[in-house]
This record gives sequence, C-alpha cells and structure tokens, in this order.
Amino acid sequence: MQVSVSVSVSVSEENAEQEPAAQQVSAFLERRREQIAQRWADAALFRTVFTVSRDEAVEAGRAVAAALAAVAASGRLDDIRASGFEAVRDQLGRMAASRARTGIDPDGVAREVAALREPAAELLRAEFEDPNGPEALECVVALTVLMGTLRLVVMETAVSASEELIARQREQLHEVATPVIKLWESTVAVPLIGTLDSARSQVVMESLLDAIVAERARYAILDITGVPTVDSLVAQHLMKTVAAARLMGAECIVSGIRPAIAQTIVHLGIDLGTVLTRGSLADALAYALSRQGVGIGPVAPAGTAPAADAGVR
Amino acid sequence: MTGAAGIGPAGGHFTVPVLQLGDVLLVTLQGELHDGMAEQLQQDITDRISHTRVTGVVIDISGVEIVDSFLGRVLAEIAAGAGLLAARTVLAGMRPAVAITLVELGLTLPGLRTALDVERAMELLGAASRPGEGSP
Amino acid sequence: MRAARHAAPATLPIGSDADLAWVRQQVRQAAAELGFGLVQQTKLVTAASELARNTLVHGGGGQVRITPLDTGQSQGLRLDFVDSGPGIRDLEQAMTDGYTSGGGLGLGLSGAKRLVHEFEVDSRPGEGTTVTVTAWATPVSPSRPGPP
Repeated sequence: MQVSVSVSVSVSEENAEQEPAAQQVSAFLERRREQIAQRWADAALFRTVFTVSRDEAVEAGRAVAAALAAVAASGRLDDIRASGFEAVRDQLGRMAASRARTGIDPDGVAREVAALREPAAELLRAEFEDPNGPEALECVVALTVLMGTLRLVVMETAVSASEELIARQREQLHEVATPVIKLWESTVAVPLIGTLDSARSQVVMESLLDAIVAERARYAILDITGVPTVDSLVAQHLMKTVAAARLMGAECIVSGIRPAIAQTIVHLGIDLGTVLTRGSLADALAYALSRQGVGIGPVAPAGTAPAADAGVR
Repeated sequence: MTGAAGIGPAGGHFTVPVLQLGDVLLVTLQGELHDGMAEQLQQDITDRISHTRVTGVVIDISGVEIVDSFLGRVLAEIAAGAGLLAARTVLAGMRPAVAITLVELGLTLPGLRTALDVERAMELLGAASRPGEGSP
Repeated sequence: MRAARHAAPATLPIGSDADLAWVRQQVRQAAAELGFGLVQQTKLVTAASELARNTLVHGGGGQVRITPLDTGQSQGLRLDFVDSGPGIRDLEQAMTDGYTSGGGLGLGLSGAKRLVHEFEVDSRPGEGTTVTVTAWATPVSPSRPGPP
C-alpha cells in the first residue's frame, strides 16, 4: 500500500480559489498523518473492522489519510474519481463489506465514515493560531468537502462490492448445495438439503445428469431427506429429473420421503406415478446394488472376500 | 460445436450409417438430420428388419445435439415398427441437454428403452433376449 | 466481456427441410455468441425447430427474424416466425398439449412455449401467423468464469 507523496507539488489549474486551502489540507494530512491515524483507530469504523489488533487499524488509518492527502494535493476535493482514492478503494470496500456483514445498514456505514471528519477537523483547527479565523475556517471547509467525497467513495465501493458478493454467493450456493456423490460403481446420489426453488432444481437436474454420463451410472438416487417441504412444483421438478435420467438410460430413485411429506404429496393429489421411491438413502442404495447383482449381507465369519466386491460389474 | 458439418443453406447430403452386428442393427445418427432424411431412415430400418433376422435395434444418438418433437416421433415410430416385427429398440447415448429439453417439451418417450451408450444398449439387448430375466 | 459480436438482426427464409436445419444452426450460433449455456442453447434451438416447422408445414413457408437483445443487464435472443398462411383458427386449441393438425405429436406450440421465457402468437385467419419468442441467458451460469 504505497502512496506517492511527491504529487503534492503538482498544481491543478482549476479550482484556483480552493487550491490554497486544498494544498494546506494536503500538507496537514501528510504532517499529522500519524495522529489522525491514531484517532481514527478509535473511531467506530476502524475499531469494529480491525478487531484483532489496534496496530492494524492505525495502519489502515495511515493509508486512508495518505490517500486523502494525495487527493487534496490534486485539488479535486469533490471528485470521487480522483486517482488518489485508487490506492485505498479496495481497502475501503473490504471495510464497508465487513461492516455490512455484521448487519449494519448502509446508512450506518455512511454515518461511521462521516464520524471520521471530526477527529481530523479538531487536529486541523489546532494547527491555526486562531482556530475560528477565516483561514482556519476555509481549511476546515475544504476538509469537510474531502471527507464528504470519501463517504461517497466508500458507499459506491460498498454497493458494487455487495452486488458482486451476492452474485458470487448465489452461484456458490447453487454449486455447494448440490454435490453429486458416487456411492458405488454405476450408482450416483444427490442428497438434497434445503428448499428447492426453480433455479436450484435446474442445477440439480443438470449436475445429476452430467454425473450420470461421467460415472456411467445406471442408478441415480435423489435423496430428499433434507428437503423441508415438497409442493407440487418441487414434485414436478423431481419427476422431470427422473424422466430426463430415464431418457439417458439411467434409473432414478427418490429416497427419503418423510411421512409428513408423503402425507402432503397425497393431500396435494400429486401423482408421483412412475417414480421409484424408497424410504431411505440406504434402502435406495440397497435396491440399486441388488439390481446390479451385488448382494449385501453379514460378512462371512472367516475365509474369502465378501460378496460385495465380487459381484460388482 | 461438433457434428453440424455438412449443412449449408442449400442443404447438405449425407447418409445415416446402419450397421448389422450379429442380430442387432446399429444405427448411428449424427449432427443435423433433415425431416425427410429421418422419415427415409424410418423406412430403411423397417425394411432392413423385415429382410434380415435382427432381433434388436440400437439407435445411437450421442452425436445428436437436438431432438425435437418431429425426430422424437420418428424415433418412437421406429421402435413401435420394430416391435411389430419382433425386434427390440434401444435408444442410446442421449445427451443431458437433449434429455432436459425433451422432458420440458413434454416428450418423455415412455415406450422406448434407453441406455447410456451403445455398449450398455448391446448389454441390455443381450440380457433381455436371455430367458428368465425380466425387463424393468 | 462485451467483446465484438455482430448484434445485427438476421432474417432467414423457411421454405424447405434444409432451411429448418439452417435455422437451427443459425439460432444455435447466435445463442452461443450471446453466452447461453448448453442447456439453454438446446432448449432455444429445439423451440426454434418446432416453430420453424410450423411455419413450413402449417403456414406454407415464411421466414424467421433473429434479433440479439442486450439490456445492459442481460443478453437475449428474439425470434419472430412469420408466415402468410391460413392462420390458426382456434388458438386455445392449438396451444393444447396433444392437439395436432399436421401429424406430429401436437407438442409444437405448447412445447415450444415451455422452452422459452416469452411467447406470443399473433394470428389472423386468412392472413397469416407471427409467433414471437424470447429467451434470456440466465445470469447464473456455470460457464461463467468465476473468481479464483
């Protein structure tokens, strides 16, 4: 996290009036970076994000102060696209995201960023012989503008970061929630957990069918033990998956229909008709194995290999 | 994308390979199949079954990217026609995307035997022709 | 991400079996370019095949216009199948599963509708039929290069 300090020499042609104050603020932020960082480390925003060590919070505060100094030096106090922010954009985004994860709303984050202004302004005023004089006032105004811009930068970063996060989580959820497991030669299973909506059912169907090809499966087990409710839509999805698997040459078994769900299915008048069902995943596997000529029984007390190995084709 | 070669705006021309392996007819569909060609194929297969003594037909569609209701109907009719001539038909190698689409289309081809690939289809026909083993 | 692709609409004739094959191929290519996943491509191409055949068999031939859509948020493909045939007398009946007037399985219209996101039929007896379907590349697609 390096911030070039040399830019303070560059002079912007625009904002000629604001420039002296902006340059003064920039110089102040450089000069007092350490104190500002120390004070910010105790502010709600930094304190709650960097819970492990205060040093980390101070370090983050230094970086933000340095970035603000660079922005002020460029004279673009109210420009959220000012290049000076680039150095800390990622960090600010992470901080905002971390606050958002604790359940604080965007307003709250904005207030916490706004609260960083006062500690810095206090230090700034102390720089002047007359803290209420026109020169001091002008600088405090410049700092206020700058801090307002910082708040916008944080909010903007937070919004785009959370959008990305949501999209990524949604994708991960779909993938993570539908692992296809190879239980045996030619037998795959998907233990479904949680609510099945349309999008997820689609993912389940696709990953199960892909697994059938990859594992050359003859039997595919859809275990719905972990599915809280089965309505007609879910039942329809299950039947579609069964039908698609059959078209590919695999037999699909739905297992884990709990008594309550069985009742619902009957009440709703859903006809699972041709769908092969078994009470538990174990029963479904036993069925698949027996169909493949694999016998399951107590292991012979002594002697040769168990039948389970010999029978696999 | 593979298998779509040979089709131009003017229409491509290629034949569907039909191979006899023992008492099984192996039909390999690939890429684009014009409606007319599908109907011709249906005719050809029925002729072949009646003139030879095959007891099984395996239709390999692993190279087919889409099956619409027309081709679906042709496949079902081939199977039904073969059945009348005492031959069993197995549809082999349907791709997942094709299977999902067919189900969504409402075409589940209930009367058709299916297998994951040609090898499994041959296995199925062999097992079915042996006495004492029931069909699913 | 939004690299060069020809986003211009294309119009193809539907007058023969070979045209159906060409329509399928062009729809497949357009959908692939717009980032449709394999299953989505297959669904859309199948729907296009059903509708193009309707245009050919029931409408006495016609054409299809393929229009790529881009809302900024998502990419889609619109297909307009236009014929100037006899039109559909009883649309409700024609949309019923299993209803057939042409020797198929009667899944043409109703089946195609289930394969796309938006579906619209405009038919005037004696003047012709336009079927418009739209499909969108869904945002959650496994083919998307995810973050490491």
